[in-house]
Amino acid sequence: MRAAPAIAAKLLRDPSAALGLLIILLLVAVAVLAPLIATHPEAVWDMNPRHRLLPPSETYLFGTDRMGADIFSRILFGARITLTIAIVAVGAALMIGVPIGLISGWRGTWLGETLMRVSDIFLAVPQIVLAIAISQTLGPSIENVILALSVTYWPWFTRLVHAEVRALKNETFIEAAVALGLPTWRIVLMHVLPNVLSPIIVRISLGMGFTILTASALGFLGLGAPPPAPEWGRMISEAREFLPEAWWSALAPGLAIFLVVMGFNLLGDGLRDVLDPRIRRGNTG
Amino acid sequence: MRITALILIRIAWLAPTLAGLVAVAFFISRIVPSDPAALLAGETASRAHIEALRQQLGLDRPLPVQLLHYYGQLARGDLGTSLFTTRPVWDDLSTRLPATIELTIAAMIAAVALGIPLGVVAALQSNRATDHALRFVTVMGLAVASFWLALMLQLFFAMDLRWLPLQARITGFPPPPITGFYVLDAVLEGNFKRLGNVLAHLTLPAITLAVPALATVVRFTRAGVLETLQRPFVTYQRAMGIPAGLIVWKYVLRNSLVSTVTQIGLLFGILLAGAVVIETVFQWPGIGAYAFEAILHSDYAAVMGFTVYAGVVFGIVNLIVDIFHAILDPRGAA
Repeated sequence: MRAAPAIAAKLLRDPSAALGLLIILLLVAVAVLAPLIATHPEAVWDMNPRHRLLPPSETYLFGTDRMGADIFSRILFGARITLTIAIVAVGAALMIGVPIGLISGWRGTWLGETLMRVSDIFLAVPQIVLAIAISQTLGPSIENVILALSVTYWPWFTRLVHAEVRALKNETFIEAAVALGLPTWRIVLMHVLPNVLSPIIVRISLGMGFTILTASALGFLGLGAPPPAPEWGRMISEAREFLPEAWWSALAPGLAIFLVVMGFNLLGDGLRDVLDPRIRRGNTG
Repeated sequence: MRITALILIRIAWLAPTLAGLVAVAFFISRIVPSDPAALLAGETASRAHIEALRQQLGLDRPLPVQLLHYYGQLARGDLGTSLFTTRPVWDDLSTRLPATIELTIAAMIAAVALGIPLGVVAALQSNRATDHALRFVTVMGLAVASFWLALMLQLFFAMDLRWLPLQARITGFPPPPITGFYVLDAVLEGNFKRLGNVLAHLTLPAITLAVPALATVVRFTRAGVLETLQRPFVTYQRAMGIPAGLIVWKYVLRNSLVSTVTQIGLLFGILLAGAVVIETVFQWPGIGAYAFEAILHSDYAAVMGFTVYAGVVFGIVNLIVDIFHAILDPRGAA
């Protein structure tokens, strides 16, 4: 892997990756600074019946919802929920998936095979089916959404790392490390892991986008954070009964999801081009 | 020989994987000690009645025993009885299956018919304005939340312009049930007014479902065509003076579709996952909406039935794709 500054420089030269990075930095800034940027921080959770379902205006940039809360401010605070869910869920999936992938890829024995079959079980149905089942049984809350998403997402990391490690095992430098008699843990952690880091980083970025989409779908179906949490998916489902009149209440949260997921996807694509030249997208003359 | 061995191993693994999936789904659905017997018996039922029902359903036995019992049931092709609809789950699923298949096929046709040409164009214009524009569109297609897209389409085309119906499969009476596919049944009946009605209802959910699939097809086709364009036979054909259009749309496309076809498993996953959410938004009476309702009602038998069903279909599709891939590209069959 090349040095980080060189990668960053390459990434910034790709306009779409730079745009993705910008969107994500914006999301982080918005999540951190929500109380400062919000135009009506007091009207995020409180009822304000006199101002309910007002169209977008100078006072209420994105209009107000059925509670009379300012949608713009709610979206800013919702960024915190979205970011928390995505970071924790993908982080947990990473913690489970990568070690299992390393073990199963390195040891092609019964242990490796069994671990792969277990991950196959989780890949045997679309993620959202198991995620709905888990969050419904455990009850609607942010914690349970995170749990459902991590439990169902780790196999993607396992499968990826497994394939990479198996390919790497035949490389001469690994053979040399084995021949030198280095302890296995040292070979795996110091020589194998750094070489599979690139695809993992790409997967993290794409996984964040995917996880945000699934989390918002759970929220939309009523399985996410309970009201009045400003969760974007739930905001859209609450807006449904006021369509078509109060169209703004459904429009803004959807655009927020769209923008954020696109940011992670653009960055993921860009990272893939920079870090993984084997599958670079534009290398044909 | 190696391919045959690979296929046999994969088929042999299908059953244990499904058994594992059933176990996972089984334990997930029983983590919380809610009582299906009490749910089924209703609020006014006496304790004795609930207890009798629990024994009758076998819910008083330990979980592993229940699981083994369920395996036995599955082996006989019995998915149990839905607690909510009180009908056999198998009947529920098979009545609702045509709706989902109809929707999925419509979306698949739209995605493939549009996606392959767009992917070829993107590859031919690689790194030029058209390619960048198409890439931006596919990134957008993969970033949009399907339920939100559904609402926006409903808002615009159904509520505002009133061009298309808001939800459901049909207005008025369905065509005589011959195949269960309304489009086909309406054609067989020869009732073209009804056919128009059915197609109008199909449009919005199919578009919603097709968007992420379309983006995926474009990306894979583009990558496949780009790779094929580098192969020596293309240079040779060019040197032979074969028209560029013929080379691209016949020979290159045929060779690059291999990689697109092997991604059908992935595509199928996208469509099946999308169906759960989209059917719910459009009140589409398919198995996706059924699964969601079943989960909300803690309808164990129905939830399990759907999981098994999805697992079987998904498993078989992936198996076929893997076999196909192994035959086309034996190098990966290690």
